[in-house]
Formats: sequence, C-alpha cells, structure tokens
Amino acid sequence: MGRILKYVFYDLLKTRFLLFYTLFLFVSTFAMFQLDSDPNKVILSLMSIVLMVMPLISIVFATIHFYNSYEFIELMLAQPIDRKVVFLSEYLGVALSLSSAFLLGTGIPILFYGVSDSAVMLLVVGTLLTIVFVSLAFLSSVLTRDKAKAIGIALLFWFYFSLIYDGLLLWVIYTFSDYPLEKVTLALVSLNPVDLGRIMMLLTLDVSALMGYTGAFYRAFFGSYAGLVFSVGILLLWIFVPTYFSIRIFSRKDL
Amino acid sequence: MILLNNITKQFGKLRALDEVNLDISLGKSYALLGPNGSGKTTLIKSILGLVVPTSGTILFDGKSIANECDYRARIGYMPQIGHFPQNMKIGQLIDMMKNIRGEAIDIDDDLIRDFKLYSMYDKPMHALSGGTRQKVSAALAFMFKAPVLILDEPTAGLDPLSVEILKEKICAERGIGKVLLITSHILSDLDDLAGEVIYIQDGKVQYNDSIQSLKTDTREKRLGKAIASWLEQQQFISNVTK
Repeated sequence: MGRILKYVFYDLLKTRFLLFYTLFLFVSTFAMFQLDSDPNKVILSLMSIVLMVMPLISIVFATIHFYNSYEFIELMLAQPIDRKVVFLSEYLGVALSLSSAFLLGTGIPILFYGVSDSAVMLLVVGTLLTIVFVSLAFLSSVLTRDKAKAIGIALLFWFYFSLIYDGLLLWVIYTFSDYPLEKVTLALVSLNPVDLGRIMMLLTLDVSALMGYTGAFYRAFFGSYAGLVFSVGILLLWIFVPTYFSIRIFSRKDL
Repeated sequence: MILLNNITKQFGKLRALDEVNLDISLGKSYALLGPNGSGKTTLIKSILGLVVPTSGTILFDGKSIANECDYRARIGYMPQIGHFPQNMKIGQLIDMMKNIRGEAIDIDDDLIRDFKLYSMYDKPMHALSGGTRQKVSAALAFMFKAPVLILDEPTAGLDPLSVEILKEKICAERGIGKVLLITSHILSDLDDLAGEVIYIQDGKVQYNDSIQSLKTDTREKRLGKAIASWLEQQQFISNVTK
C-alpha cells in the first residue's frame, strides 16, 4: 500500500494545484487577520470559506483527480495488487494532501495570531469536512464511467448539502413551527455534515444567543462533552459510510 | 492452467460472453480470433479480473480468481490500447513497475533494449506516438518473466521492423514453454506464433482445436484461408439444416 500511496502523492504534487490551494488559504487567512483586529470575527469570516468554498474545492478536485488517475488505476489493476489497496491509496492520497493543505494554509496564520478554542474548532471542522467531501467525490466517481457525469453528481452533492438542504430544513421548521422541534431539527441537522460543522463552529463563537430557544437547547447539547463526541462521531460516519459503499462498488466495477 | 467454467458477461442488454468454457493448458499457445465486438477483449479482461463475470468461475492453477490478486504476478499482460499515466516519463514508468512488482532482481529487458527505449527514458508518456506507446506496453508485459503471456493485438500500430522484433520475442518465449494467449486481426502473424486456435463469435466459442487440425480439416495451407473456409462450411451446414 505504501508504495502505491507514494506514487499517488508524487502525482498529486506534480499538478501544483495543492500548492496554489495552500497559498490561497494562507494569503486569505493572513489578509483577514490583518484587516480585522477581533480574532473572533476573523474566525467567523473564515467559517464561511470552510463551510462553502472548501467543500466545493475538495469535491471537484477529488473527482477530477480520480478520473485523471484512471490510467494509473487501470495499470495497477493488471498487476498483482488488490483493488481495495489501489482504491484506498488514491483515497488516502487525496484526503491527506487536501487536509494538510488546509491545515498548513489556515493553521500557520492562526498559530501566528494566537490560538483560541474557536480557531481549533475551525481547524477540526475544516479537516473533517474536507475528508467528508473527498469521500463523497470518490462515491460519485465510482457511480459512473463518465467524467462529466461524475463531476455533475459531485456538484449536486455540494449544492444539496450547502444550499438545498438548508432550504428544506427551513421549510420544515416554518411549517411545523407550532410544535417543539428541537430534537427533530437535531436529527435533521445530523443528516447534513455542513450544518453540523456550522453549529459546532457557532457554538464555540458565542453567537448562539442569536438563535433563541433552539440556540439555548443546542448550546446545552453541543456545548457538552457528549455533544462534541456526538457531532465528531456523526462526521466520521459521513466519512466512513460513503467510503465503504465506494469500495464495495469499485471492487465489482468493470474497467 | 487457466480454466473457464460457464463464463457469462452481461453489459446491460448486450451479452458479451455467453457460457464460455475454455481450458488453457500449460505449454500451449493460443490464437484468440473473432470479428470485432465478439468478446475477445472481454474474455481476456475477465481472466485478468478487470471485468467481473456475471456468472461462472475462472480457475487459475485450480484456484478461483474471484477477489484474488496474487495470481496476476504470473501473468504478463499487454492491453489493446495501453493507458499509462500521462505525466510520467518512460524511465519513471518502468522503474515504478519494477518497484511495485518488487521483483527488481531479475528482469527481462530484451524488448526495452531492442526497441531502443533506453535512449528515450526521458520522454514523457503523453508525447509518445501510438507505436512507441505500444512498444512500452510490450516491454512491460515481457519484463517480469511471467509464465503466462496475454497479448491483446500486440502488433497493431507497430512498424514492420518492430513487428519482427516482437514476433521473434514471442517465438522465443513460446520456445521455453510459456502459455501464450494472443489476439490479432493479422492472421499471418498468428500462423507462426500460435499452435491452437480459439474462434469466438457473439460471445460463444465456435471452434477450439489446434491450427494443424483446422488446416487438415479444411485442406488449406494458411490460417486465414482455413478460418474463412471453415466459416463457409459452418454457414453451409446451418443453411442445409434449416
């Protein structure tokens, strides 16, 4: 596995995209710290990058990378190498390099300007979300043979989790606003990794007072140690479940 | 050596392989023939595990190949169209294959030398012509001294000189008792390379015997003519029985 992973890393570094990505994150984080003196506000601005832009970049890059490596994958599968090993090497290569690009690009300026609870939470949420979206990208890549279709599915995942799902959630809350919805929304929020990340972030930023009674309820739940374990656990499920299904599909796929 | 039991492969509505039974035995060389789209490549890819059959089992040395990968160490495969990582150089690709196979001690570099690939080690794969890519593909297939060689259209796209080099290499490998499975549309090539002929059409094996007996049966001297006249005979027989 190590040998193949080495070649995946080598291939990823050659595209130089990761370098630009790290630089982009580094420069924008640095610029935000320069422009605003309140670190909490900076984290809030960074949050929108982490929740909107990063999933998009991760999912599109991972899908394109999978299809660009198709030749390599084909070549490896004619060798005495297990399909799972080939797939996991590709997956780990992309997931590890994207998350380390994020950790370096955002982490270094944060270290420079002072570490806070919310900054650590930002790094944790960002890393987990990156890996979640890489998993979804690999799932959409094994679902179809066609590159354009796979990118389409990947974008659909992103639209769904970033925009459409929130709309649906709001609609549910509005329609059933006469009923106590705290527990229901909690369950519904778990079905969307981006929302989960957002709540984890907002609660460490002390802006939950804006969210009224539900905010207080969330604060009681997510603010506790058990709540943190729960949300990280759900995000890990969002990583493992799509990966498990992709491996299953990939090991029976015709090339 | 390789045993195919009732292999069927369904691609949507298309049945690419239909209850194929084959016994590829040690020390023999097979020519796999058939019209375009008859299932030759699907058959080869099934043996390599690149295509998973809808039903049936494939045994390699008596062991089922389903979910196995180690048996592939004993197969040298040259695909019909070689797909290689585009941003690698020839040298890097060859080194990578050695590294991944982990059998670097004892490799066969005859073809790398004869095709003069050593002098092109720094050329990136995306800059290669179709023929050169085919040469790299051939060199990789022979490099690890695998006892089974599966060559899908090995001579397609090669210049006449290189075809001769490759044919000589194949003959030499045949001489030391390797199992060969070759497809080609150039039947005159196969005449000197293979001893057995497997003819498939619409995913079914229509003929499976030695080239010699095919020639005797049809009283033809050349493989191409023999196949043509055997097909004519079959056509005639089926018309009569109708």
